[in-house]
Amino acid sequence: MAHVIARDGLVNRSFVADRTTDSDAFLEHITQFTPEWAESISGVSARDIEQAAQCYGAADRGAIFYTLGITEHICGVDNVQSLCNLALMTGNFGREGTGVNPMRGQNNIQGAGDSGAIPSNYPGFQSLEDPDNQRKFEDAYGCEIDAERGITKVRALEQCGDRIHAMLIDGENTVVTDPDRAHCEHALKTLDHLVVIDIFLTETAELADVVLPATSWAETDGVFTNTERRVQRVRAAVPAQGEARPDWWIVCELAKRLELDGFDFDTPKEIFNELCSLSTIYAGLDWDRIEKGEYQWPVPNRDHSGTPILHEGEFENGRGIFKVVGYRDPAETVDDEYPVWLTTGRRLASYHTRTQTGRASGIDYLLSEEALEVHPDDVSEWGLVDGSWCTMSSRRGTVRVKVLATDRSPRGTVFASFSFNDVPVNELTGSGYDPTTDTAELKVCPVRVEPEVV
Amino acid sequence: MSDRPTLTLDDEVIAFSPGQTLYEVATAEERDVPTLCYDPRLEPFGSCRLCVVEVEGIRNPVASCTMRAEPGMVVRTATESIEKYRKTLVEMVVSENREVTVDPLRGYASQELSNLVDRYDAGAGRFRGAQSGVSFEEDGNPFIHRDYDLCISCNRCVRVCAEQEGDYAISIKGRGFGTQITTEFDGELRDSSCTFCGQCVQTCPTGALADRKAMRAVDLPGEVEETRSVCPYCGVGCSVDLLSKDDKLVGIRPAMDGPANEGALCVKGQFAFDFVQHVDRLKQPLVRSADGDLVETDWDTALDRAAEGFRSVLARHGRHAVYGVASGRTPSEANYIMQKFIRVGFGSNYIDNCSRA
Repeated sequence: MAHVIARDGLVNRSFVADRTTDSDAFLEHITQFTPEWAESISGVSARDIEQAAQCYGAADRGAIFYTLGITEHICGVDNVQSLCNLALMTGNFGREGTGVNPMRGQNNIQGAGDSGAIPSNYPGFQSLEDPDNQRKFEDAYGCEIDAERGITKVRALEQCGDRIHAMLIDGENTVVTDPDRAHCEHALKTLDHLVVIDIFLTETAELADVVLPATSWAETDGVFTNTERRVQRVRAAVPAQGEARPDWWIVCELAKRLELDGFDFDTPKEIFNELCSLSTIYAGLDWDRIEKGEYQWPVPNRDHSGTPILHEGEFENGRGIFKVVGYRDPAETVDDEYPVWLTTGRRLASYHTRTQTGRASGIDYLLSEEALEVHPDDVSEWGLVDGSWCTMSSRRGTVRVKVLATDRSPRGTVFASFSFNDVPVNELTGSGYDPTTDTAELKVCPVRVEPEVV
Repeated sequence: MSDRPTLTLDDEVIAFSPGQTLYEVATAEERDVPTLCYDPRLEPFGSCRLCVVEVEGIRNPVASCTMRAEPGMVVRTATESIEKYRKTLVEMVVSENREVTVDPLRGYASQELSNLVDRYDAGAGRFRGAQSGVSFEEDGNPFIHRDYDLCISCNRCVRVCAEQEGDYAISIKGRGFGTQITTEFDGELRDSSCTFCGQCVQTCPTGALADRKAMRAVDLPGEVEETRSVCPYCGVGCSVDLLSKDDKLVGIRPAMDGPANEGALCVKGQFAFDFVQHVDRLKQPLVRSADGDLVETDWDTALDRAAEGFRSVLARHGRHAVYGVASGRTPSEANYIMQKFIRVGFGSNYIDNCSRA
């Protein structure tokens, strides 16, 4: 698309000149990547690629929205950089209706990052490699904290039983959501100590030494931050089930039993206000100010009205940087033994591993079981029968799944979701990881699909 | 002094913005102009005629929802003849329906018709006769009740499905008195392009389309309470009102003033709420017993055991042997405390959340 935009004179020259850097190398680099070349890799016709490029390139305002189809590849970071290149060359930043917008898949995955639950940053995405930030948090917390980044969850799972011996997992069904299920289950079993906080006895909780029952949504007061960085309050409507307690209370109690200081909180309000006091992006906020959800971060001070549009006038780092990105094959590619591309994802009526939607009445009426979506011509050619069972194997495992003939799948590519525990698609995935983010290549996995031998 | 154009509204000179309809101008000035086919999120339709107003120089009353405001117009919103006209219209609409009073649990807008009947004291008597609309209660879907005996053919469901959702699952067959809301080929919603987002339910002004899950709670004791919150599913952050009755979560309403959704929801946000009080919920802490089973215990025992395990690993393997995984599902306070627990407790940055898979 970038090739076509440049070729057809749709580059926003003034934006590129005024607000970006390194454009020359990029524009030179893309001359080699024709739509025909991209068709040969992607299967998307050169004509469609040209039309999409012309549509986006000629638009007064163009917004890019993406999800895990971009990031869950070994080249996930490169994919995002490519989207940024498109937006930079067309000037689609810093105005309403433009931008590169990731659609976050979970209600508060943005808030989890904002709150500092990541190995690379303190709360508010303050780099822990900056000594000033380290000093600030060591002062606030009254303890010493490593100057080095932590490891990602993916690496931690790899090191279970070797260097990692205890884990505290809050509200994640790691065993079913993560790639290479057998590896993941084995890793958690090798731990000396596993504590899981959750609302159901998930497949992951079943492996724990201690399971602590949390209040769920609708029973908890707190804050979610959405995909547009909007900081919003959630409120309890019904009492907790049984002895369930808010996650924050549980972890505070655990901390107090380890004689840690700084966990004497009585309300989520006190906790959120402490977060605001330490976070530059929430500095102008507090629990009461976000009552109506009108603020989008960054809100750097009390007089600031929030930032609905990022990168107006200037980028955070000054100029937008073009990145030269090349093509890389997936970690595994199809061959004679595994000749079919499997791509995985979600379905509208179910959510992740169905711990919630599987327990909501009526959802089964819309979606009661998993099915492997296969192009009708492939169904015939591979000797499958629509509605019957097949086996699907990768280098890591085999699952049994029903066949659904549909032209939603192109020839040679099949689709399944990871929603249903009885079709554990993540026993097959896990061929590789993005080297920067450790995000698994869940969107591509070579498989073999065969009729079930009765 | 403002450069905005003006018109005269009920003898008062009012400034307006070019492009506004008379209904929008009147509503902004807090006139209570009645409507049935109007939903501010949809293109004006002008079929119910209840929003009629008098405009000087135009002989017949005009539908204010479709008439653009023009400079110098002289408009009256509530004259005696207009109010009489409206009352007659409500009486005629009501005469075709099986009933007017429906439970508010049916949907967000379900009280609009009955409120107008009260306002205009418009019982069914004067025009009692044939009724229109044939209900399709045999549609076995668990979410959307299709009680077309109560339909007034305002087309809000058809329009919200097309204009807001882009699904075009609902359409119209027949005309005049025989008008009927239906799906393509007159079938069940499941066989149409319906995604069960519930938008049709929430815009229906009579309860003809109704929330089947919420209706299960009609006979529960107590008042319905509303609590403003945010949907627990994806990252869009749709505002919702949780409906509870007697400490039971009974339904969800999209918040029409929600900053991220402006009234929209999907099937999960609208209908997949009852996991909260599902029998499978964990209600007691569990610890692994000597024979390997997870057994219920009290908080003190469980927390002591959890703490002891971390203390022991710390002593034997050092502070980089402990790892924390926070959740993108829990509120920010839980995430903040999780990272603080790891950073304060172990001095490391061995904390992550579930965003990488």
